[in-house]
Amino acid sequence: MRAFLIKRLLGMIPLLFGITVISFAMMHLAPGEPSVVGQELNPRISAQDVERLRSYYGLDKPLSEQYWSWLKRLVRFDFGNSFSADSRPVIDKISERLPVTLWINVLAILLILAVAIPIGVASAVHQDSWGDRIMTVLVFIGFAIPSFWLGLMLMIGLGVNLGWLPISGIHSYGWQHMGFWEQQRDLVRHLTMPVLVSAIGGLAGMSRFMRSGMLEVIRADFITTARAMGVPESSIRYRLALKNAMLPIITLLGLSIPGLIGGSVIIEQLFSVPGMGQLFYEAVLARDYPLIMGITVIGAVLTLLGNMLADVAYAWADPRIRHGGKA
Amino acid sequence: MSGLAVTVAFIRRHPMMVIGGVIVGTVSLVALLAPWLAPYDPTDINVKAILLPPSWQHWCGTDTLGRDVFSRMLYGARVSLAVGFVAVGIAMLIGILLGAMAGYGGRMADSLIMRWTDMVLCFPTFFLILAVIAFLKPSIWNIMIVIGLTSWMGVARLVRAEFLSLRQREFVLAARATGVPALRLIGRHLLPNAMGPILVSAILGVAGAVLVESGLSFLGLGVQPPNPSWGNILTEGKDNIQIAWWLSLYPGLAILVTVLGYNLLGEGLRDYFDPKMSNRR
Repeated sequence: MRAFLIKRLLGMIPLLFGITVISFAMMHLAPGEPSVVGQELNPRISAQDVERLRSYYGLDKPLSEQYWSWLKRLVRFDFGNSFSADSRPVIDKISERLPVTLWINVLAILLILAVAIPIGVASAVHQDSWGDRIMTVLVFIGFAIPSFWLGLMLMIGLGVNLGWLPISGIHSYGWQHMGFWEQQRDLVRHLTMPVLVSAIGGLAGMSRFMRSGMLEVIRADFITTARAMGVPESSIRYRLALKNAMLPIITLLGLSIPGLIGGSVIIEQLFSVPGMGQLFYEAVLARDYPLIMGITVIGAVLTLLGNMLADVAYAWADPRIRHGGKA
Repeated sequence: MSGLAVTVAFIRRHPMMVIGGVIVGTVSLVALLAPWLAPYDPTDINVKAILLPPSWQHWCGTDTLGRDVFSRMLYGARVSLAVGFVAVGIAMLIGILLGAMAGYGGRMADSLIMRWTDMVLCFPTFFLILAVIAFLKPSIWNIMIVIGLTSWMGVARLVRAEFLSLRQREFVLAARATGVPALRLIGRHLLPNAMGPILVSAILGVAGAVLVESGLSFLGLGVQPPNPSWGNILTEGKDNIQIAWWLSLYPGLAILVTVLGYNLLGEGLRDYFDPKMSNRR
């Protein structure tokens, strides 16, 4: 198991290297310049000053040299300073914004698992019942619904018309003056809609996968054998079958992480959540190179770690892999 | 059996495909005929009709500049479908080329290409799309190209898998033994036999591209106003969420129905090509 982990961790390094090379090259080769050195903010800036700014930010050096110095700093976990007017360290900016994004995504994943697995199992066990058919229709709608539109509809319904939930930000006005529990309650109210909206796509996919996985397992020989040996139907379903049907779910969860991270941009923009997605959006518009690279690296690391975690969980759940055999 | 009976039987056996096909056909027709169907010019500003709720004059209401939302949505269908088709075309081209090379080009090419594919799959693609579009200045062409360049991975894997299994089949081995050149073998024997799954993934790809385009336009990085697109009408809906629900409701429904149509058609076709898979999904 340890060898497996180390191998996977080492395997991440070339992938990460490749991702940074591509991002760096694409960012710098695209026409245009960061807005700090451009003439958009200050049309009267002289050509000499533009040159000075360019050399100040190191933009006048060859691309390979810029990448090399960026990489050397990255190894020491130094992401450089943001190009924006405050020129704060990128790492500070990200660590302020990351927790809320992580919270929303982790809660969304938990919600997906908590809802999709029972639905998938129930649909498979009662295949072709009315409930199963209704779920099938809902799943297709869940796949097709644009998440930000669902968000808008929730905002209009629950926020504007009913006034139950706040429609933007993560804190109410006067948050600092609330008591501890009141603050938590306020946070939960603000995060409810973003989490629901983040979860919708995964919910549809996951319950579908769970259903097909379960259907496949239920027909397997070992289930028939167990049934013939008199194992009660409930433990066949929820212990034997469920455990085996969970395997593909783990992989799917790992694969869904890039989508969740990417989706944060839209959802955070929609609900004005000050998270990483919003930070990335602002960074991209200003062409804040160090910040964009920093967020890309963090996003890629999260994705790779998620995939690795999924593989580890898979190995843990599947004895054929755990004991070093070939699956 | 009469023609009608055959048709009814077909609909009963493949309801998903038929419903999906009807939706896709209708949306395509609407997009094609938009200039003739639209009751108003989609960019015509009318200061006397700002933010009117839906009525008989304006079926889906009017926006902040008094433009007719229904007409804008009809033209928006053109944008969405155009982006969907071109982006998927690009993705298919890249995916089939790389997949064919990986599946037929030997070990070396296979492991190189699949490594590359796995790496791109690890990318938070939407970040990449966003960055590239923002840098290149948003335009409909850039969107098509960027979505195409970031959505070929599924097809590449699919084509590779199909080729790997097809190349062991007897008719392919026979063709090779008789000295059919590789390119001709791929073009005449391998690709046509893999066409079913490729077509399915292309149709599902259109649905995905329509969703991405609407998301980009919603963020202001897609189709730029005054040109209408479903996504940028929704941006206005968000800005006026307290007073004009119709700006949010209808364009989203249009996206939902279109994407649903393509998904149903794709899934239906998959069952049609491979009936033994159908009860698993």
